[in-house]
Amino acid sequence: MKGTEAFQELIPLLKDQPVVHANGYICRESFQLQDREANFYMIGLMGLASSIGLGVALCRPDKKVIIFDGDGNVLMSMGTLAMIAATAPKNLVHIVFDNQVYESTGSQRSLSGSVPLEEVARSSGYPVALKVSKKEEVKPAFEKLMNGDGPGFLLIKVDPVFDPKTGRVTHTPEEIKTRFMNALGRREEGSRN
Amino acid sequence: MLSSQNFVDQLTDKGFNFFTGVPCSLLSGLISCLEKTPDVPYIPAVREDAAVGLCAGAYMAGSLPVLLMQNSGLGYCLNAFTSLNLIYKIPTLVIMSWRGCGGNDAPEHIIMGKINEDLLKAAGMDYAVITPENHRDVLERAVRKINEELPFTLLVKKGIFDERH
Repeated sequence: MKGTEAFQELIPLLKDQPVVHANGYICRESFQLQDREANFYMIGLMGLASSIGLGVALCRPDKKVIIFDGDGNVLMSMGTLAMIAATAPKNLVHIVFDNQVYESTGSQRSLSGSVPLEEVARSSGYPVALKVSKKEEVKPAFEKLMNGDGPGFLLIKVDPVFDPKTGRVTHTPEEIKTRFMNALGRREEGSRN
Repeated sequence: MLSSQNFVDQLTDKGFNFFTGVPCSLLSGLISCLEKTPDVPYIPAVREDAAVGLCAGAYMAGSLPVLLMQNSGLGYCLNAFTSLNLIYKIPTLVIMSWRGCGGNDAPEHIIMGKINEDLLKAAGMDYAVITPENHRDVLERAVRKINEELPFTLLVKKGIFDERH
C-alpha cells in the first residue's frame, strides 16, 4: 500500500476530530488530500507531534484526539510513548505511517525495519496496539480504535513512494495554530469523561 | 527564600493550570507542592523538549501551561522553542533552574551555567532572574508576555525556593 492510499482510506472517516500531524510527508500528503481547520501541521520539530497530541488529549477529554505520526518521529521520541501510556488518555488515537525511511529528505533508512513499533507501544502500556499492511485493513482498524477506549496505537506499514511534487503546507504557523484552536473551541463545563 | 507553596499558589491564582517538567533539586519544593495540588496536573516528562510539546498541546486546548526544568535541558529545547513556541506564537511559562550560575557548581553544569542567558537571548526568549524581592513583578511580566502569546522564562538560582529532597 502506498502512503497516499493509507491517507485516502483514513481521511474520509474523519469528522471534526483534531488531528496533530508530524512533519515531512505526513503534513504534505494530508494537506494535499484535504486541508482541515482541525489539522495541526507541525511543519518542523521532528519528534514532537506525539507530545503535542498528548497535551491536547489531556486537556480536552471530551474530544477524540488523533495523532498522524511517522516512524522517524516515533523513533526519535520513544520516551513519549511512555508518557502516553502512563497518563493513559482514553481519547487518544496514535496512528503511525511507517515507511521505514526518512522520505522527505531523500529516503534514508530508518530503524523501523528492525524495530516493531507496535510492540514497543504495547510494551510501553498502550491498551491496544494494532499493525496493518493491507489497504482493506486500514478502515476496520481505525474504527476499532475510534470506538474503543485508548490510548490506541495503529501502525500502518506503507511503501516509500512519496511524490516529491506534493505541495507543502501553505498556511503560516500562526494561521495553523489559530485555525486549530478555533476548530477545537472551548470545552463545555461538566463534559469531563 | 521564597516559599514553594506560596509561589505555586500565586501561579494557580494567575490561572496556570497545567504543569509538567523534568526535575531539578532546586525546583524540588515546587514539584512536591504541585504533586499535592488538587485539580491541577503535574505530568512527569521524559525529556524537556517533550514537555515543551506537551505544554503547546495543552495551551492550544485551552489550558495555561508551566514547564519546570533544569538548564541542562535547554539544549534539547532550543529547536522546540524556536520552531514551535516562537513561530506559532504558543506561550509557555518556563521555570528553569540556573545550575552553574557564577561557575560554582558540579563540572557538568559549568559551561551551560555560563552560556544560559546568552542562549536565551540568542533564541529571542524573554526571561527574568527571579528573586524573593522581585518575584511578584517578574510574574506579572511573565503573564503580560504570555498574553502576547509568547513564552517567558524565570531563571531560578540555588536557594531561591525551599528544597524537598
